[in-house]
Amino acid sequence: MLGEDKYFLGVDVGSVSTNIVLLRSDNTVEEALYLRTQGRPMQTIQEGIKLLRTKMRDSAEIVGVGTTGSARQLAATLLGADVVKNEITAHAVAASRVNPQVQTILEIGGQDSKIIIIRDGVVSDFAMNTVCAAGTGSFLDQQAARLSIPIEEFGSLALQAKHPVQIAGRCSVFAESDMIHKQQLGHPLPDILAGLCQAMVRNYLNNVGKNKDIRGPIFFQGGVAANPGICKAFENELGQSIIVPEHYDVMGALGAAYLAQEKAGRRPETRTGFRGLHLGETQFQAKSFECSGCANRCEVVEIMQEGISLARWGDRCGKWSTTAGARTDAGLTESEEEKQRA
Amino acid sequence: MKVTFPHMGNAWIVIQTLFESLNVEVVVPPTNSKRTLNLGTRLSPESACLPLKLNLGNYIEAADEGADTIVITGGIGPCRFGYYGEMERQILQSAGYNYDVVTLEPPNGSLLGLAKRIRYLAGTNNSWAQIIKALRFAYLKSVALDQVEDLIHAARPRLPNSMETEKIYEDAKKLLAQTMTVKGVQETVRWVKESIRESQEKVDTPSEGFNKPLRIGIIGEIYTILDPYTSLGLEEELGRLGVEVDRSIYLSGWVGNHVFQGLAPGYRSIKSYPGHAKPFLPHFVGGHGQETVGAAVKFAREGFDGIIQIFPLSCMPEIVAASVLPRVQEAYKVPIMTLIVDEHTGQAGMQTRLEAFVDLLERPRLQRGIGQTRGEVFGVGGR
Repeated sequence: MLGEDKYFLGVDVGSVSTNIVLLRSDNTVEEALYLRTQGRPMQTIQEGIKLLRTKMRDSAEIVGVGTTGSARQLAATLLGADVVKNEITAHAVAASRVNPQVQTILEIGGQDSKIIIIRDGVVSDFAMNTVCAAGTGSFLDQQAARLSIPIEEFGSLALQAKHPVQIAGRCSVFAESDMIHKQQLGHPLPDILAGLCQAMVRNYLNNVGKNKDIRGPIFFQGGVAANPGICKAFENELGQSIIVPEHYDVMGALGAAYLAQEKAGRRPETRTGFRGLHLGETQFQAKSFECSGCANRCEVVEIMQEGISLARWGDRCGKWSTTAGARTDAGLTESEEEKQRA
Repeated sequence: MKVTFPHMGNAWIVIQTLFESLNVEVVVPPTNSKRTLNLGTRLSPESACLPLKLNLGNYIEAADEGADTIVITGGIGPCRFGYYGEMERQILQSAGYNYDVVTLEPPNGSLLGLAKRIRYLAGTNNSWAQIIKALRFAYLKSVALDQVEDLIHAARPRLPNSMETEKIYEDAKKLLAQTMTVKGVQETVRWVKESIRESQEKVDTPSEGFNKPLRIGIIGEIYTILDPYTSLGLEEELGRLGVEVDRSIYLSGWVGNHVFQGLAPGYRSIKSYPGHAKPFLPHFVGGHGQETVGAAVKFAREGFDGIIQIFPLSCMPEIVAASVLPRVQEAYKVPIMTLIVDEHTGQAGMQTRLEAFVDLLERPRLQRGIGQTRGEVFGVGGR
């Protein structure tokens, strides 16, 4: 059995935020960190680990690591992850562990938004925004900055609205010009913000949520779930109540930690590949080059730790990634193991 | 006359063979690449679909190698591709490329008109007997190529070394491109089978205990299905994730139906699709919209685990199909995912969606195993 001081680590490196969750053996969250990625995922991961180290007791031990998010592979290489999973699966796993009854997950992050339909604890359908980023967290950030209101106050201001204005939500460019127009006509700020929330929700439901059978309980997670204005707009539009789970902003990381835990449970004899908490202090470098081997012209990225190559990826044919020192395609190994097991 | 043509997956092998066996000089444009797309995008209307942009890029790259005549197929109905031949000619002309464009289609359904155009391309030195012989050989090669591709689809999730599998595929394509005899074509197919068998023998020990791979059917717009550059290597990626794929349209099936009006059925005939589509989409909507729906129904009936539809942004027939597919999904309880590709589609986004989709299909199987022990994950081991 697992002792008190043994933890699972889940890391979700997204475009806007890097989230780290430390999961206790009794399935509760010991520590949740929400950091801004600010375009430097490697440094942010290292900072996060440093921060984590200061908060952990010396006797504490990390017995499994899972990574997810758009930089999951990078995070996996740096940390030595045992599980690398896409964010859809991670979010679904976290939500159904928190509440096994959940049937729908609305997730709005920095650069993408998704809907996940769950039936009987298993993902039955999902969709992600395709070629348009309208209606994601970045746009709200940008508009809050333009109106010079802190993003944290956006939602509560929107809730004060008496007559939300109509704003075109189809495209963020049009939404912005519509907002400016309404603002110049003299509409009060809360009404404009509430209008924007409604427009975003309509856009989300018409694009990502199209043809999806949205049934309760509905979880709303991702950074944007912090915005009560959006929550209210969802409730009005769907006519159902929305649950924002306690760890809504780190659900991806939580899911990754659960997945690492599941894996450790399946193969208790294998030790974690975690590279240790001291990795916050070492030097990582990344370099990239364009392979000229064929017409694909893949952009290959190489990650080095103090001059030693850890991993390469980005090539379609596997010429570079398989020659690197450490095999990092943990996603593949994972799915192969699963297949052998199943 | 130096003939060139747009790329679409492996089609170049067949087209090159056809012209070479008629002694017509042919320029195969460099494979689709970022450069091709950049060159094409510069000349294209912004809202045109991805194939047009790549086509134009192909012609510009071919012009550098002296090509002066373009051969392209045409089409009827609401799909824009039908008039791309003429549109491309005009776009190229205003950009300073004086290409002659020959659209291979039966004008007003007349096979005679098609024959005239073929005659124009073949020149006066070839007898009709020679032309028919060349067409038959090219067709034979096309069927062989499709067969090899289908073998690779099945091999990818089953063979131990993915790089080796891709190597077999690449080598087979090279061999097929070179050979000019029926025997050579047959031998290549035999060689592929032999190589796969050898490789498989290495893993076929019972201790490996590999599960049956998931099966995913690929449907959608023909160019994006057939061209791996456009689909960001969709089939290869799925293969690497341990999935066996099949697709709705193979090159020879399309050529047989589209250009030769069903005179030749091809490797996988597309004739049955409209029938399958009937309860959901009873009429022609342009392009392969109806075939997409029909193929989804067929894959679902054949017990495929999942279906992926792929098409270029703004493709009208496929948008129609996409809005019908949820009903197929509902009727047959088969998960269907739609992917839309455009110039800026990144590999990472594709990867995430594919992994998530494969998880969606796989996790139920997995969960059944874990389900009973969920509460006490750590006490159980060694299964």
